[in-house]
Amino acid sequence: MEIFTNLGIGLETALSLNNLLYCFIGVLLGTAVGVLPGLGPVATIAMLLPATFTLPPTSALIMLAGIYYGAQYGGSTTAILVNLPGESSSVVTAIDGYKMAQQGRAGKALATAAIGSFFAGTVATVLLALFAPPLAEVALKFGPAEYFSLMVLGLVASVVLASGSLLNAIGMVILGLLLGLVGTDVNSGVPRYTFDLPQLADGLNFVVVAMGMFGLGEIIRNLEDERTRTVMAKKVEGLMLTAKEFKSVLGPILRGTALGSVLGILPGGGAMLSSFSAYSLEKKMSPNSAQFGHGAIEGVAAPESANNAGAQTSFIPMLTLGIPSNPVMALMIGAMIIQGIQPGPAVMTEQPGLFWGLIVSMWIGNLFLIVLNLPMIGLWVRMIMVPYHLLFPCILVFCAIGVFSLNNSEFDVYIMALFGLFGYICAKIGAEAAPMLLGFIIGPMMEEYLRRALLLSRSDPMVFLQRPISASMLILSALAIIVVSMPALSKKREEAFKEE
Amino acid sequence: MYIAQDYSMGQAAKMGPAYFPTILGGILVAIGGIAILRSFFVQGEPIGGFAIKPTIIIIAAVVLFGVLMRGAGLVPSLILMMLLSAWSSVYFRWVTAIPLALGLTLFSWLVFVKFLGLPIPPFGTWFGN
Repeated sequence: MEIFTNLGIGLETALSLNNLLYCFIGVLLGTAVGVLPGLGPVATIAMLLPATFTLPPTSALIMLAGIYYGAQYGGSTTAILVNLPGESSSVVTAIDGYKMAQQGRAGKALATAAIGSFFAGTVATVLLALFAPPLAEVALKFGPAEYFSLMVLGLVASVVLASGSLLNAIGMVILGLLLGLVGTDVNSGVPRYTFDLPQLADGLNFVVVAMGMFGLGEIIRNLEDERTRTVMAKKVEGLMLTAKEFKSVLGPILRGTALGSVLGILPGGGAMLSSFSAYSLEKKMSPNSAQFGHGAIEGVAAPESANNAGAQTSFIPMLTLGIPSNPVMALMIGAMIIQGIQPGPAVMTEQPGLFWGLIVSMWIGNLFLIVLNLPMIGLWVRMIMVPYHLLFPCILVFCAIGVFSLNNSEFDVYIMALFGLFGYICAKIGAEAAPMLLGFIIGPMMEEYLRRALLLSRSDPMVFLQRPISASMLILSALAIIVVSMPALSKKREEAFKEE
Repeated sequence: MYIAQDYSMGQAAKMGPAYFPTILGGILVAIGGIAILRSFFVQGEPIGGFAIKPTIIIIAAVVLFGVLMRGAGLVPSLILMMLLSAWSSVYFRWVTAIPLALGLTLFSWLVFVKFLGLPIPPFGTWFGN
């Protein structure tokens, strides 16, 4: 079995002392920052990204992946204990988790989240190992036309699945694509959209944009309404589940994992969509659905397994196709490019150590999470209780130093401030930042593939429709757009996001 | 009232490289146009008031950091940025803000300059470095 040799390579890489250490640090840092209210995984990764620049590529990616699921898990802890979801995917966890905490069952809610996440993480890692290689093989046969169409499909999907106004989402994607084009044109060397500023010749740095939109923008938004938060259960006790409880969460965990794994692969879906749909599915299926919303343990188990599974499987398109399915993956791709690795199907064959090491380390990271989090919960609780007015200047410091140290340039700091302002305005007018960041990362790649495809076809745009794979992806995108813009369905879509 | 956004951006640049941006720019202008048109007919949700004070202070604090970084160096610019930004909170107290600023600056200096070895001067050219 090829897969075992591959996993063997992975184990070898992931179990090296260095990588184990970075995985551990990543998970620990990710949880620590993710626990802090108002900081989701995107902001966390953007903030900690500069810390990984000096590491070798494999270790850097392992650490970033660790930060990602650490942050995800930390976010759930905050959601359960403070009813302040740090990120959109733990919004549903907060519904029943917080109720459980109010009833003095915080320990059980946390334990359920941990077990569900671990189980989902294990399954999703296996799926990743099974499905990534065949997918990468298919992807290797892709020409520029297929890639272009695939990117169109990815962006369309991220628009369709984004919450809020469809028009806004499309606008944000296009804006992101355009922002991605800032800088010197690769083919002709002509500077575009640089306003004659030499600092913009290399384009906008995605870390700067992400930190501005997700870091600064969030800070301002949180300052807008400074509520005092009450932390439930200063002491978390009773982590153990009874046999009966264990039995009742088993089904939700399995279903959540299955749903999350599938949805995670979809572009734009990822963790958030998974957790929402897993919750509504469970609500319909569960024998005690009346309990939902009043502290049902199933209501914690399902979304938590789903969002972890989704988080894990969203690595599949990133690693095999080089196409990000959510902002976190966009950051990962950015990190790979900074490390000098061109993301795409070739990564697996050219860097088997990195590819399989990353996969195996995900499972190890999940193990760390469960071992780390349950005993250390007291520490996390103390971190949650840090008041926001002391916290946000610290976040600001890390953003500022991080951005400055990228290129040792104060210009980047100004750009970050600008995007912070822009991010705040976007949040106010209901335009989501996530599609923009996806567009930003994909923009230059998309243009490149478009040009290459047209070059090969001697400027015949029909090339996109003559190749079957490319054509079917474009048709699918067109269908998706048509379907969601139909009035009846767009109402449904709004309802789906409004639920809960 | 729904504030329509018009993202019309410049479509300058030369013939070849302009191809992709021009198409995108065109679509964006169209979307902006639709959004504006729609705003006349559709009653959207009202937009909550903007938090002007924190916005200005936070942005100003970050810009100040950028301005001071070269000349004054890490330590003074960090302290100033933290004090200024902390002031935007309604819970601001000098008693907590000053020790926090000093402590975090020391921490940043230890971690970023000493430990990670980033080439950031703790004190800049204005202090004779």
